[in-house]
Amino acid sequence: MSATEVLRTPHPLDFDPYKVGHGEGGGHDYVTGHGEGGPASKRVIVGYGFWLFLLSDIILFSCLFASHAVLQTATAGGPTGPQLFDPMSVALETACLLISSFLCGLSAVAAGVRNQLWTQVFLFFTGIFGLAFLLLEVRDFTSLVARGASPQVSAFWSSFFAVVGCHGCHVTVGLLWLGTMMAQVYFKGFRPNVMRRLVCFNLFWHMLDLIWVALFTIVYLIGEGR
Amino acid sequence: MFGKLTLNAIPFDQPIPLVAGAFVFLVLIAVIAWVIVRGHLPYLWHEWITSVDHKRIGVMYTLLGLVMLVRGFIDALMMRSQQALAFNAPGYLPPEHYDQVFSAHGTIMIFFAAMPLMIGLMNFAVPLQLGVRDVAFPTFNSTSFWLTATGALLVNLSLVIGEFSRAMWLPYPPLSEYRYSPDVGVDYYLWALQIAGVGTLLTGINFVTTILKIRAPGMSYLRMPVFCWTALAANLLIIAAFPVLTATLGMLLLDRYLGFHFFTNSGGGNMMMFVNLIWAWGHPEVYILVLPAFGIFSEVIATFSGKPLFGYRSMVLATMAICLISFLVWLHHFFTMGAGGNVNAVFGIATAIIAVPTGVKIFNWMFTMYGGRIRYDTPMLWALGFTVTFVIGGMTGVLLSVPPADFLVHNSMFLVAHFHNVIIAGTLFGAFAGITYWFPKAFGFRLHEGWGKAGFWLSFAGFYITFVPLYAVGLLGMTRRLQTYDVPEWRPWVLAAGVGVLVLCGALFCQVMQFIVSIRQRESLRDETGDPWNGRSLEWSTASPPPAFNYAVLPNVQGGEPYWQIKRRAIESQQLTAEPDYKPIELPRNSPTGFITAFFCTITGFALIWHIWWLVGLGLFGAYVVFVWFAWRDREEYVIPAEEVARADRARRRAREEWLAQDAAREEWLATHAHPSAQPVGQA
Repeated sequence: MSATEVLRTPHPLDFDPYKVGHGEGGGHDYVTGHGEGGPASKRVIVGYGFWLFLLSDIILFSCLFASHAVLQTATAGGPTGPQLFDPMSVALETACLLISSFLCGLSAVAAGVRNQLWTQVFLFFTGIFGLAFLLLEVRDFTSLVARGASPQVSAFWSSFFAVVGCHGCHVTVGLLWLGTMMAQVYFKGFRPNVMRRLVCFNLFWHMLDLIWVALFTIVYLIGEGR
Repeated sequence: MFGKLTLNAIPFDQPIPLVAGAFVFLVLIAVIAWVIVRGHLPYLWHEWITSVDHKRIGVMYTLLGLVMLVRGFIDALMMRSQQALAFNAPGYLPPEHYDQVFSAHGTIMIFFAAMPLMIGLMNFAVPLQLGVRDVAFPTFNSTSFWLTATGALLVNLSLVIGEFSRAMWLPYPPLSEYRYSPDVGVDYYLWALQIAGVGTLLTGINFVTTILKIRAPGMSYLRMPVFCWTALAANLLIIAAFPVLTATLGMLLLDRYLGFHFFTNSGGGNMMMFVNLIWAWGHPEVYILVLPAFGIFSEVIATFSGKPLFGYRSMVLATMAICLISFLVWLHHFFTMGAGGNVNAVFGIATAIIAVPTGVKIFNWMFTMYGGRIRYDTPMLWALGFTVTFVIGGMTGVLLSVPPADFLVHNSMFLVAHFHNVIIAGTLFGAFAGITYWFPKAFGFRLHEGWGKAGFWLSFAGFYITFVPLYAVGLLGMTRRLQTYDVPEWRPWVLAAGVGVLVLCGALFCQVMQFIVSIRQRESLRDETGDPWNGRSLEWSTASPPPAFNYAVLPNVQGGEPYWQIKRRAIESQQLTAEPDYKPIELPRNSPTGFITAFFCTITGFALIWHIWWLVGLGLFGAYVVFVWFAWRDREEYVIPAEEVARADRARRRAREEWLAQDAAREEWLATHAHPSAQPVGQA
């Protein structure tokens, strides 16, 4: 009477109170495509869980975007965005982040063929371009504050600094993570759990690109067009 | 050096929090001393604190929820007694203390009582019901629990160091802004919730991944027990809603700490944006709390009616419909904002519509009971009490969904009665049903029926005596959160509610006695077979308590209610199926990561509340070191040898064989007593 035995042969007492799955059964051999084959592999589980985290992170950003949209005109008599944005600097930041993401993709290719040297090289330059992005952003922020647009000035600038700063914080945390990943690849090699983490890091880094594209559109392009 | 923290933070001038805090502190010291003196510390550390076993974590969550439920109930007692005394009088709680009490009551009950109870029961039952060995991310699971405990600790710390928020359970600006609440109360609230919120988000990710990716072979979506479906819906809601809470509270933190202008009066801030955002989380939160309870009732009602759940697929559909619609109704919490007739109409109609899938569920439960052989054990009593009471709460909810009616009773005691009606009857009754239902599975012995039933009847009666008067007094115009009042018509109702809360005290006493008596009489209440309720889903097929690995061999599921099928087959053939081929089992190793992370989060949270910036840095650095150290581990799993698995499973099989031999007449019993719908399809 154990639940644990493999029960293959049809039995007169087999029944299905919900009248589902008739004719297909549920054994390993004839999986009907609803995850009936038993637990998924660890790689799938980790990747899936991380995707869910990314989705939740996107929702967090969408709240900040929504707030920024609501507060778009709430400048309280202070400077507006188009008056102070520096499109050249933003373009440079975008380039840095996109190149960084591309190099991150290359590191995944190198890790795929278990090449320690190229993995490290690409990860290193991923970090360098990420850092360049971050420094440019800090320079932007300080220049904005110097020109009288600090987050304390108006709700518009509060939401601007919050949404752009939140992305910047994500990049910072990503860089810390990147450092530990390089160390793990170096000391632990390409063992399965390190490979899974590399996949997650790649997903994270590309997601930050995605957020930046949305941010560029909503904050800078639409803001500039107002 | 210590930021805003000075000795003045300890409220020497306020005897109530000081005495309460000192009492809790002494109890805590006594428990810790007892643990150390009796030498239980290693056991506690290895078997519980560092455990990544979903069953243990579930038990710890439930325990946390119960303790905090008592804490929140004490706040409720204070509010009821204050209002009983405060007719044309100041009562015994000054306004600034009374405001802390009602803020703490709501915060604690929702975040640290109801949430841990529901998450605890999901933790315990979902992997067992899915026929698997653990959740997707066991160490995260432990981290989630300890982060929730951190939040609870910070809230309780505010009792003796500083003060708690006076800005209600949802800190509406501008009251919660620094200008109007410059003390640390709101900061305690915000950081406690931010930290616990991260834990809850991890839980959501963990359980969605578990339910969608880790199920026993053959366990297709439409074969999962309804509790797994409701857990899936609740955790999807967590993933979608909790980031909104984090973002909203984050913005309020920026306002308070760095002078941002998201929700301020000045600088172009928009305080109604806070209200919109917080309820975009808050309404799904209602369903995060109640959906798992719906799942528990579905399991309990099917089991104690001796029938498969009526309308399984409509139940699944209703669950997912609620999951979706719950995101489209948030504005009904503030119809009075002035969004205009059309907007209010849309949200009012959406709110009324959400009652439809809920009604489908109620009818399914009734039809499940119809024609069944109902056994009135304690879990079933909670389920029956729920169906009756929840319908009343649902109907007052539909009433409130009509904007013109809502304008009249907005922020009145009628509203207070409504949401207590649905949360107590839904979530709390569900938690008690779940605890009494799964307790024998978790600990190997049943809870005492007499005390359990007394606890139920007193809760049931106490609920009505407390909240029916509050409905009435709300219709008479009494608003919520009144520290004092002078309307004589309200007085009798307020006093009646005070009597009701005393009855609930009796219920609490019975519930506590239920645990004490059951533990003392555990030998006579022992569950030998692992199936004390004649259950239908997989968790009843393993031993009570289940071994660390849950199942010696993963079950092969061939239909809905797989265990019922296996049981009938064994009874019919009077023998168990052949012994399987036992193999070694890999399980995740215990890890102190969660505990240590929570330790650093507690330090960081406390330092942030009191502006002790160096300590913030230290706490964050510590958390980062734990992260790296955890990533560095080489061995993630340990192996249970096949002989040990075989030994455990053979013991279980022996118990089952004895049960079969003792009760050979059961086959005949089933043939003569079971309801036709419990018969095999096509053979009835």
